[in-house]
Amino acid sequence: MLGSESQYVQYLFSGLTLGSIYALIALALVVTFNITGIFNLAIGEFVTIGALAAVTLRDVGCPNVLAYILAVIVAGLVGTLMERATINPARKASVLTLIIITIGVSIALRGAALLIWGTHPHTLPAFVHAAPLNFLGAVLIPQSLFVLGLAVVAVGLLFTFFDFTFTGKAVRAAMMNRTAAQLVGINPARLSLFAFTFSGVIAALSGIFITPITTATYDMGFMLGLKGFVAAILGGVTNATGAIIGGVLLGVIEAFAAGTLPSGLKDAIAMIVMIVVLLTRPTGILGER
Amino acid sequence: MLKRSLLVLLCLMLILAIVGCGKAKTTSEPPAGETKEAYKIGAVVDISGSAASLGEPERNTLQMLVDELNAEGGIDGHPVKLIILDNKSNETEAVLAAKRLIDQDKVLAVIGCSQSSTSLAMVDTVTKSQVPMVSMAASAKIVTTPEGKQQPWVFKTAQSDIVVANKIAKYLVGQGIKDVAFLSMNNAFGDSGLKNFEEAAAANGVNILLKEKFEATDNDMTAQLTKVKASKAKATVVWAIPPSASIVTKNFRSLNINMPLIHTHGIGNQKFIDIAEGAADGVIAPMGKLVVAEQLPESDTQKPVLLSYINDYQEKYGSRPSTFGGHGYDAFELTVKAIEQAGPDRAKIRDALEQITGFPGVSGVFNLSAEDHNGLGEDSMVFVEIKDGKWHLLAN
Amino acid sequence: MGSKKNLLLIVIAIVVFCLPLIIESSYYMSIFIVIGLYAIVAEGLGLLMGYAGQVSFGQAAFYGLGAYAAAILATRCQWPPLLCVCIAPLLPSMVAFIIGRPILRLREHYLVLATLGFGIFVYVLFKDLGTLTGGPSGLTGIPYLNIGSLTLVTDQQYFYLVWGALGLTLFGMANLTRSPIGRVFKAIHTSERAAEAVGIDTASLKLQAFVLSAFLAGLAGALYAFWVTFISPSPFGFTSSVEFALMVVVGGLGTLWGPVLGAALIVGLTEFLRWAVPVALPNAGGEFEIIFFGIIFVLIMLFRPKGLLAIEKSSVAMSHPTTLRSTDA
Repeated sequence: MLGSESQYVQYLFSGLTLGSIYALIALALVVTFNITGIFNLAIGEFVTIGALAAVTLRDVGCPNVLAYILAVIVAGLVGTLMERATINPARKASVLTLIIITIGVSIALRGAALLIWGTHPHTLPAFVHAAPLNFLGAVLIPQSLFVLGLAVVAVGLLFTFFDFTFTGKAVRAAMMNRTAAQLVGINPARLSLFAFTFSGVIAALSGIFITPITTATYDMGFMLGLKGFVAAILGGVTNATGAIIGGVLLGVIEAFAAGTLPSGLKDAIAMIVMIVVLLTRPTGILGER
Repeated sequence: MLKRSLLVLLCLMLILAIVGCGKAKTTSEPPAGETKEAYKIGAVVDISGSAASLGEPERNTLQMLVDELNAEGGIDGHPVKLIILDNKSNETEAVLAAKRLIDQDKVLAVIGCSQSSTSLAMVDTVTKSQVPMVSMAASAKIVTTPEGKQQPWVFKTAQSDIVVANKIAKYLVGQGIKDVAFLSMNNAFGDSGLKNFEEAAAANGVNILLKEKFEATDNDMTAQLTKVKASKAKATVVWAIPPSASIVTKNFRSLNINMPLIHTHGIGNQKFIDIAEGAADGVIAPMGKLVVAEQLPESDTQKPVLLSYINDYQEKYGSRPSTFGGHGYDAFELTVKAIEQAGPDRAKIRDALEQITGFPGVSGVFNLSAEDHNGLGEDSMVFVEIKDGKWHLLAN
Repeated sequence: MGSKKNLLLIVIAIVVFCLPLIIESSYYMSIFIVIGLYAIVAEGLGLLMGYAGQVSFGQAAFYGLGAYAAAILATRCQWPPLLCVCIAPLLPSMVAFIIGRPILRLREHYLVLATLGFGIFVYVLFKDLGTLTGGPSGLTGIPYLNIGSLTLVTDQQYFYLVWGALGLTLFGMANLTRSPIGRVFKAIHTSERAAEAVGIDTASLKLQAFVLSAFLAGLAGALYAFWVTFISPSPFGFTSSVEFALMVVVGGLGTLWGPVLGAALIVGLTEFLRWAVPVALPNAGGEFEIIFFGIIFVLIMLFRPKGLLAIEKSSVAMSHPTTLRSTDA
């Protein structure tokens, strides 16, 4: 038996863990959006590639950490390649066309993942083997702490990067006003390349950190990418903090909806909350008009 | 305006041209065999999309079996040409694929699909064209008409969910467990499980205290399981396939829930145990005999079939087959057996299928008849428990 | 120009009319039926996206609402099928009318997200209202469509019905887009604010386009239900919504024939790859078809970024797409 407070704490833990992943993906989407003006709907596939590449690299004998680093690099390279092969050549096309292109890329990448890794789920070992922590009667598995930690560290590093490096400032300038940034000599093509590579890296990290909890399959990224997209817009697309809030909020709403209402309706509840938020704040939670 | 209309017209022409070519191709194709004409069998499998984890082992199995059959000389010297199409787990594409097999490839019989929903979508097509179809999916609705009779042209090789549900309910009663929580995937597989388990539970006096669902793509079922933990249930029944079945199991263990965890045949694959990493230990499930083939008594007529299937599959693909692959095996073997008896005639093949009895397959011993187009009883399943990462046959 | 164009239209109509007479194969007929169904949905979405400038990622929900309304009326209420086909599209239209006003106030990607959320919400309802919809296992026992004493059993017969409906849709669209309202729609697409500034009630026009697109999607859904005679939630999910949007964009935004061509391309390409991949690569599995589909799609968009039928130059509406553009505002 479990008291109701413990249940709520449990929902919170579960919501925060998944919410952190949504937040990270949303973060990558927001950065890309603000630099290039498009949503990269292939981001979920980057999550998949990161996670499954790490699985394969471990299988061929790489030590864990090396496998993870290489997998992140692989996913980053896929991002780079995607930008050069499909986004850059079409940079003069409309935003809608570019988004449709990212959908096409995601279809092709998912097919490739199916071909390479098959349909079986794969997994990675937990980073530390420790017993689950007990907190107010609720249970927190250690891997969740790593996921939360990744979110915090990634956000911290990102803000440091934006505030203290030249490239970071250029990105921020481009995020605020693309045209003005171009006028002062910031190269939009370089920044676009950066955005896609960065997305690959962040997404791959998310994939690797979450796989010990959720397992990895060739189509795992699709839903995560969709949720990240929801989180990004819910938060208000124009700033990184909004993405984090949107992601965590979505995760927590889902967990509480599944826990307190008929769980089949979970996704419907999350969507209703989202639509209500949008109707009351038509530009997202932290969006500016 | 003119230019665009022209373009549309050109495209129409192009499509027609392709149609023409396609036609020419099928008629001019020479018989594949040197001596006798090839027998064509079609298969529509959920190779990609949401049901890919079912379809992939089925596709592999079908491919392997047809190669073996042809190496042994085919059916009465007729080589067998098996055309496997992917429906992307999509019902509209399943219909198109079935029509292609029937109209273009002129197959003698259609095997498929992997899921109940995609199979159901094809039922009307095969019935209209009068082509025998052998589904690899579970729902009893596939072979039942709205009036409650057997669909004349449709057969299926997976055990019906009611068989599994009854098995579980009886097991619970045997263990003295009256109150259970039921978790299912929110898709056709889980839904059919839920409905049948409700029926079986009511018939056996088991109370379902809690019915929870999760999506096939969900990454965390802690919230649903927290409700289970807070309830008075004495056992949890989970109706799902990996990866969500694995995630439930891991969540279940990390939440430290102290009650028996019962899965279904949906987890019938070594991968499930590997992925759950120890969390799977203690899981109990009714299942086809495939996973415990080695432990069966010698008297079991299925044993040689199972062992040779496992052996061949392992040799070709490097891993043990899953129960879903087994449904593919049965579908192929039944179809081939029917063609052997009836020759290349769709109606006669259907009649022959209906008369197959005592046929030992992977999923059980098939006793098909006009009243039963599945032909599997409760004896086709055994209870297994996972101990130390291995399947163990439980005595009945 | 006018007479030449009419001549072409007549030729196209004759070709379409003759197709079922030439083609015996139920497979090729079915491909055309699916193209026809998708084209009807895409025409409606094309009006919304290409003319009114509102992107929807939830169109499959309306398609599904039409299908379920028709199927439920026919199986549970035993209504005559033809009546179901006529009544069913009213449900999605009503839903669109109710949600349209609040949702269409949202702009750009916020609108995309809201329609996406609506689509997922409806999809969950299909799955969860089991007693009504049959749940994830689906709804069986849908009767064949009959017109009077004629039961549409063969695909050839059904082809005439679907393409007849598509013909009417195209005819209506052609008249609508050439009418003053059509020009106003284009104005909204070009710049919603400018249109408002000159006194156009953009909100109510957008709502009309939204309701009309829902009606057409519902009609196609109802026709689908009576064709397959079985429905389950899966064809009405997010993936299908995206596919409908793909059809409109790849065909060419703001064109009459674009959505038809887009639908034909997506269905045709899938079936073509199903045939071509095994011929070219004998041992390749279904995975290759998906990869090729994605790559070909990207290539089309790279070489024809405005869609296959888009007007090359001129047309202010196309050269300055405002949809989904945000931060500079």
